[in-house]
Amino acid sequence: MNKIVNDVTEAIKGIDSNMTLMLGGFGLCGIPENAIQALVESNVTGLTCISNNAGVDDFGLGLLLQKHQIKKMISSYVGENKEFERQLLSGELEVELNPQGTLAERVRAGGAGIPAFFVPAGVGTEVAIGKEVREFNGKSYLLETALEADFAIVKAWKADKYGNLVFRDTANNFNNMMASAGKITIAEVEEIVPVGSLDPNEIHTPGIFVQRVFKGETFEKRIEFVTEQA
Amino acid sequence: MALDKNGIAKRIAQELKDGYYVNLGIGIPTLVANYIPEGVEVILQSENGLLGIGPFPIKGEAKADLINAGKQTVTAIPGAAFFDSALSFAMIRGGHVDLTVLGAFEVTDQGDISSWKIPGKMVKGMGGAMDLVASAKNIIVATTHTDRNGKSKLLKKCELPLTGVKCVKRIVTDLAVVDVTSEGFKLIERAPGVTVDEIIQKTEGKLIVDGDIPEMNL
Repeated sequence: MNKIVNDVTEAIKGIDSNMTLMLGGFGLCGIPENAIQALVESNVTGLTCISNNAGVDDFGLGLLLQKHQIKKMISSYVGENKEFERQLLSGELEVELNPQGTLAERVRAGGAGIPAFFVPAGVGTEVAIGKEVREFNGKSYLLETALEADFAIVKAWKADKYGNLVFRDTANNFNNMMASAGKITIAEVEEIVPVGSLDPNEIHTPGIFVQRVFKGETFEKRIEFVTEQA
Repeated sequence: MALDKNGIAKRIAQELKDGYYVNLGIGIPTLVANYIPEGVEVILQSENGLLGIGPFPIKGEAKADLINAGKQTVTAIPGAAFFDSALSFAMIRGGHVDLTVLGAFEVTDQGDISSWKIPGKMVKGMGGAMDLVASAKNIIVATTHTDRNGKSKLLKKCELPLTGVKCVKRIVTDLAVVDVTSEGFKLIERAPGVTVDEIIQKTEGKLIVDGDIPEMNL
């Protein structure tokens, strides 16, 4: 068994226009930047992208937005991307905003075979429109449905040929759950290590969820707000 | 005299109890971390997957993979833990966080809050705010008492899209500490030098003023 592919071009093979993609990351932290660049260059369009944020104007998913390759976004926060906000307000881009915890759980449920579940976030707000509300123990909850994707593209620190993944610090965020929820999961990683060298106690995503692994060629790892002590 | 944002943060920090797990929203709430009282140990939870947020890194040591919910680079304290977003929101939704502090555009005398959208102008998204207010054991809002046009932010009814309903317990503004009770807003404290009259003038929602109102002890 060997899930390693040679490069990003091989990794994104099969991603076509009008597909639904999941992309990991929180802000610019833990985004699969090499895969995103390859998608920009592949000129696929009409994408539905499930991702917590939309990058910034000139990095991350912002690059796909600039080229109008995204038809619909499912996200929780788009504040750091002016182009996103503009396309949203003008109606050029279809946007479904989900509370972040609901989004995370929809993805987790999608990978875990749970079609729907109840959560309290959004009760009494516009998020509740069109959704079933049910009471449990005197508290109201909204029925939310699972999310799945044709391809999930995640970013990890290390992988082995079985697809076992290890993340670093806060670069895990949505990546672990998304790895389970793609029909095909592509993992962009910084290091590929020999099978057996990862301690089984310390693997974050077991390889069963991952179909393709590639080593990213360069990582800019841009930081949105470098904040240091004076 | 009205407090500045550090003054608001300092007053909120007085609500922290030893052993609390706390989530601080972006803006004024993050400043609360600078005023944690002596002898009170608090663990800060970051919705993007960190329990145990430490101080900002020293110059030159910022790491791209280690950020807080506001996307600023941070450090992790000894004893911190990293995890994915589903587990992070299990902590929040499952009622494991003792105190949530967040900002707002509007709060009502029934405890409704709007904080995430100004239709036609600002639609950044709700992020984790709806999850936090729907499940937190205790919610404190940090805000100015009026907006920059002098309009009250403590209202009878929210005009802006809601983040949550009947969830806010306490509001700390630049003028006052106000609780949300079953009867409406209740004035608890005034900022040093600020009069009860000014607070009444600037509060549009129903405000109960019962007896002598002490000054905040800062």
